[in-house]
Amino acid sequence: MQIYLPIADLPVDMFVVLAMGLAVGFISGMFGIGGGFLMTPLLIFIGIAPAVAVASVSTHIAASSCSGVISYWRRRAVDLPLGVMLLAGGIIGTALGVSLFTLLRRIGQLDLTIGISYVVLLSAVGGLMINESLRAIIRQQQGKPATPRRGGSHTWVHGLPLKMRFKRSKIYVSVIPVLAIGLLIGFVGAIMGIGGGFLLVPMLIYVLRVPTATVIGTSMVLTLITMAAATVMHSATNHLVDAVLALILMTGGVVGAQFGARAGQNMRGERLRLLLGLLVLAVGMRFAFQLVVKPDDLYSLRVLGAE
Amino acid sequence: MTRHLALSSFLVAASFAASLLGASPATAERLVASMSRHQVLVNSNFAGTSIVLFGTVEPDSAAALRRRNAGYDVVVTVTGPKQSIVTMRKERVAGIWTNVASRTFINVPSYLAVFSNQPFDKIANADTLRRQQIGIDNTLLPQQIGPDVGDPGPNDPFRTNFVRLKTEHGLYRQAANGVTLLTPTVFRAEVPLPAETAIGNYDVEVEVFADGAQVARGGSAFELIKVGFEQFIATAARDHGLLYGLATALMAIMTGWFASVVFRKD
Repeated sequence: MQIYLPIADLPVDMFVVLAMGLAVGFISGMFGIGGGFLMTPLLIFIGIAPAVAVASVSTHIAASSCSGVISYWRRRAVDLPLGVMLLAGGIIGTALGVSLFTLLRRIGQLDLTIGISYVVLLSAVGGLMINESLRAIIRQQQGKPATPRRGGSHTWVHGLPLKMRFKRSKIYVSVIPVLAIGLLIGFVGAIMGIGGGFLLVPMLIYVLRVPTATVIGTSMVLTLITMAAATVMHSATNHLVDAVLALILMTGGVVGAQFGARAGQNMRGERLRLLLGLLVLAVGMRFAFQLVVKPDDLYSLRVLGAE
Repeated sequence: MTRHLALSSFLVAASFAASLLGASPATAERLVASMSRHQVLVNSNFAGTSIVLFGTVEPDSAAALRRRNAGYDVVVTVTGPKQSIVTMRKERVAGIWTNVASRTFINVPSYLAVFSNQPFDKIANADTLRRQQIGIDNTLLPQQIGPDVGDPGPNDPFRTNFVRLKTEHGLYRQAANGVTLLTPTVFRAEVPLPAETAIGNYDVEVEVFADGAQVARGGSAFELIKVGFEQFIATAARDHGLLYGLATALMAIMTGWFASVVFRKD
């Protein structure tokens, strides 16, 4: 069934978009991530302008992380003060990201920037995750505990001033790295149309030593609010958020996420991380391939605006 | 110097008079043309459409009657709302394909369709076609080149590729069999409007030729408008961006909340 998207200004098959929402929702529920890094390229693939795709996906991620936040909140797995501190950085990062997005769009290098950011970020994160999870799997097969001891290993991060105690996560760290992480996630998210969950979770675990119990719930609070803010900011500055597209995506997304979450519970943590790492790396490689292989058409058009 | 000036102003006056004469043989042929619809409504299930132009040419004089017997040629040009469009070209830089060169086409038609009952070169000579801007190659597509604005002609690579991409999207089209003469004086032309067609006002120009010269011209128009929900969303997003963003964000939160209620396990 064809439906005409009012902002993207083209008709799409509603069931194709719904199926994409379901599939990405399944993956996001399974791994506890927003799935923007999969959704944005898919939308671009079906012919939606990259700028509209990035802006509308932020709305979709806001919806899927909202349902996540509610269920983690019920299980008391959200560290609100930590979320608020990350958010303070995140809002600034999002605003910076949206303004850079506007600038790049004007000078015609948005697509390239999105492409390169995907390659660098996804390949690096994917590679690290594969490496880490493979080590864990090997350690386990040798009969050693799967996760190495994490206590006592203080880095330079823990020497920074302005320390704050986050009770639910049982950590005592400086607010500087917390704000910096929030800023980075907000910035990257606004430019790439991703929630940044797959970046934030490892950062919280490895840099701030947030325990696994609160890490996903807290990360989702940040994702929810930065993506809601990105929706508002993209709407107010670039007028590119397609509410109809976002609604179809989120309908598929929230349903898919429920089934994904159930599938994920039956899998071992390190296997799950290995799969996610492979997926992230594969998407990164696909973007790299696109950048280095000669495109089918060297010319492209972009409408600046009506008279 | 004075004589030269006088001569050139005489030439200008003469050519002006000639062009006036050229534009007014409509006294001998009366052209009536109308679209099947004057409004095309874009709603949520719009996936492209087409509309039909009907017209008649009535010979009003003995000379016109002779021309009719020899056969009329009809050219229909449909021009969509003007847009400025950047055409970018990719090149390999340090191993990566990236946009390195671009040209901006200033206020060019977002949609351009030129239909005729037979190939242009059989309707009139090249000079006439160029003067009357008949056919995509002869339509002025001004580009911003440095500080100047101009059309470098149909062989310019940016122009060629711009037209090619537009044609691939069905937004520029040219067909030598697009106009059907139902009788020697009644014609029809079907104007396809793909889903990507821009919202706005469309001009339809009809030119009638006989024996290589234009004998009548006239026009019609139609508009493509978003209606109902589509129009509401598009207007809200454009004119009330902040409010629209807040409403969309709220919609996302409500959807998430709703899902968590529906799928609650306990």
